[in-house]
Amino acid sequence: MNLPFRLQSFRHGVHPDDHKQGTEHLVVEHMPFVGRYVLPLGQGGKPAKPTVTRGQRVRRGERIATADGFVSTSLHAPVDGTIVDLGRHRHPNGDLVDCIEIEADAFSLQTIVPHATVDPDTLDVDNFVAHVQQGGIVGLGGAAFPAHVKYKTPAEKPVRHFVLNGCECEPFLTCDHRTMVERPAEVLRGARIIAKKLGATDIHIGVEHNKPDAIAALRAQVLPGEAIHVTPLEVKYPQGAEKMLIKALFGQEVPAGKLPLDVGCVVNNVGTMVAIADWFDRGIPLIERVVTVSGPGVRRPANVRVPLGTPVRDLLAHCAGTVPETREFVMGGPMMGSSLASIDVPVLKGTSGVLAFTAAETARGNEFGCLKCGRCLDACANFLNPSVLARLSRHGEFDALEANFVMDCMECGACSFTCPSNIPIVQLIRVAKSAIRDQKRKEKKP
Amino acid sequence: MSAFDKTLQIRSSPHILSGNSVDHIMFHVVLALLPAAAFACFAFGLTAVLTLLVAVGACVGIEHVLCVANRKPSTVGDWSAVITGLLYGLTLPPGLPLWMVAIGGGIAIVVGKLVFGGLGQNPFNPALVGRAILQAAFPVAMTTWPVAMAEGRFSGLPSSLLTLPFLTPRYDGVTAATPLSAWKFDHHLAGTSDLALGFTGGSLGETCALLIGLGGLYLAARRMLNWRIPVAILATVALFAGILHLSDPARFAGPLFHLFSGGLMLGAVFMATDMVGSPLTHLGSVIYGVVIGVLVVLIRVFGGMPEGVMYAILIGNALVPHLDNLLRPRVYGTRAGKGAKA
Repeated sequence: MNLPFRLQSFRHGVHPDDHKQGTEHLVVEHMPFVGRYVLPLGQGGKPAKPTVTRGQRVRRGERIATADGFVSTSLHAPVDGTIVDLGRHRHPNGDLVDCIEIEADAFSLQTIVPHATVDPDTLDVDNFVAHVQQGGIVGLGGAAFPAHVKYKTPAEKPVRHFVLNGCECEPFLTCDHRTMVERPAEVLRGARIIAKKLGATDIHIGVEHNKPDAIAALRAQVLPGEAIHVTPLEVKYPQGAEKMLIKALFGQEVPAGKLPLDVGCVVNNVGTMVAIADWFDRGIPLIERVVTVSGPGVRRPANVRVPLGTPVRDLLAHCAGTVPETREFVMGGPMMGSSLASIDVPVLKGTSGVLAFTAAETARGNEFGCLKCGRCLDACANFLNPSVLARLSRHGEFDALEANFVMDCMECGACSFTCPSNIPIVQLIRVAKSAIRDQKRKEKKP
Repeated sequence: MSAFDKTLQIRSSPHILSGNSVDHIMFHVVLALLPAAAFACFAFGLTAVLTLLVAVGACVGIEHVLCVANRKPSTVGDWSAVITGLLYGLTLPPGLPLWMVAIGGGIAIVVGKLVFGGLGQNPFNPALVGRAILQAAFPVAMTTWPVAMAEGRFSGLPSSLLTLPFLTPRYDGVTAATPLSAWKFDHHLAGTSDLALGFTGGSLGETCALLIGLGGLYLAARRMLNWRIPVAILATVALFAGILHLSDPARFAGPLFHLFSGGLMLGAVFMATDMVGSPLTHLGSVIYGVVIGVLVVLIRVFGGMPEGVMYAILIGNALVPHLDNLLRPRVYGTRAGKGAKA
């Protein structure tokens, strides 16, 4: 750290090269409309129920599927077009899932038909939550958890702080950065709506200090005397993990197995706030999102506002395609995103980035035995002992794994990142966690 | 390029790595040891060159042969056997018969490392295991010290070096007590600058404390060495020896003498910091260092032997599993990190 003072942060973590210089100054551009869009019904929470039939014409912004249950969100048409299929298509995770496929109307002007705007102050909490759900809004940080679920807080757990996550600690990704720089007014508008509805006393926005322009842009929007704090944080992975962000901002830990709400916090991504502001003030549901297309394999890295359901292949083509040396496509960030088996899959609500890596990044050295060097302990923001967890996972010692808090692992991958022996630590932990969950499920229903 | 290289890679995250790797770190440790080894060759001449070559050759050779014999890929490419060989060689007195050097090197790798399952599994520092067994087997040869900077050290070899196996070595050159034994048994104190620069008798690597320290700084700057361990050891030795010295200056040597004499520098910087045998946590590293420091002074001052770094580190290694178990970090969001034993 070459700074004269120490920025707020959590303890432990790793410092990957941020690789953001390729896209951090690029203004968000619009993805041109393409021929076909595929929208998986499940994009955060339980899959939605289609409200359209095959052959039906839909307008851009029109609802095409409705939330099924509380932890579920609506889905809207990203383009004017015709429903050509209600069937199973390839999801980025490799599964075949129920989707709505739309063929875009090539002759349409693609103007959005806005829904009625709503003044959030006129809604009680239940109607407010229902309205957010209608907007199809999910957390845009990557996990795509339905946003409204967090706003339905039990009375015995009052909210003190509404926290906005502008850390963007994943290398390569700059979509949140550009959102904060280009749309700070909407970020704060959304934040004010939510904070007021939650009854939060203040708003805290945590931004890693490698985004000074974003910090300045947000601060310029804060009214004098307003309880909104924009806090620069140390550049460190996983700073954007909810629990790490809370530790960094308030020095407080969220008890294991509990939620931020248990310490009086609700955390949202900055991009989600723009979606909230657009939905309430302009009547535009979540039909597009900003995606960072980057990585050494991409010919023209860019931040692109992409209609949901756009095939990744078309998005990459918009960015001048990829180099022949490309060996891996990743959806999301390089630390927690997932490899794509095919680029003929759609952009989802939770797609923060599409990255292409070449052989230089995908090459892996030999795996060595664990040297007990302790680097993974220094990396683990949850203060686990990843080296021991990996060893126990290899031996299938599930009881010992649980006793060593394996279920507290958030799978950020800092341990694997730093391991000099190239041990796939977090992968071994994932295997163990899912085996333990399976075991628990079996015990429940004998 | 095989067909597989052209296919898309599908793998679990993370998709980028820090670029640390074991062989890379080990290679830099070898680099950091080279100045001290080069100085040993300067101070003791051809004897040192041959001793180090045989030590490294024995370690690397036996590891390679055993890997091949077990139909496993050879692990010598990770450089760890080279480090073991170099460290082991540097702990030996110059002029030790080469057949003993070779046997000790083999023991270091086989008994110190491979029987436990290879790199990462060894509870004790392999180089010190080799030396400890050699010391027990050949106590006289292991404590006969030809003088440093002898005339003609580059033109001839001492006859003891080439002694045939199982014959008693004959020393024709001038031998002298090491500074530690000179002080312990004759109460003769060597000058600090001679000690620090390495113009004294002793094992090959017991000589130039400054070059060893430089190697350590290089590794610490590259974050390849846990600086807490040598700092804790050296500070403890200095403090403990300093207190003793103040209580009775005539009886106890000062802290500088202790810091720069014997194998302390080599042990503290390169042997106690062996990642496999040192604790996982920062607090554990400090405790481990303090324990080793106290043991070094206790053995040197009150024990029967003039030097105790080797045993202090081996005892420290033995404590490590317990330190790791006791000092587990407190898991985020919990009161204590204590769970069932791993």
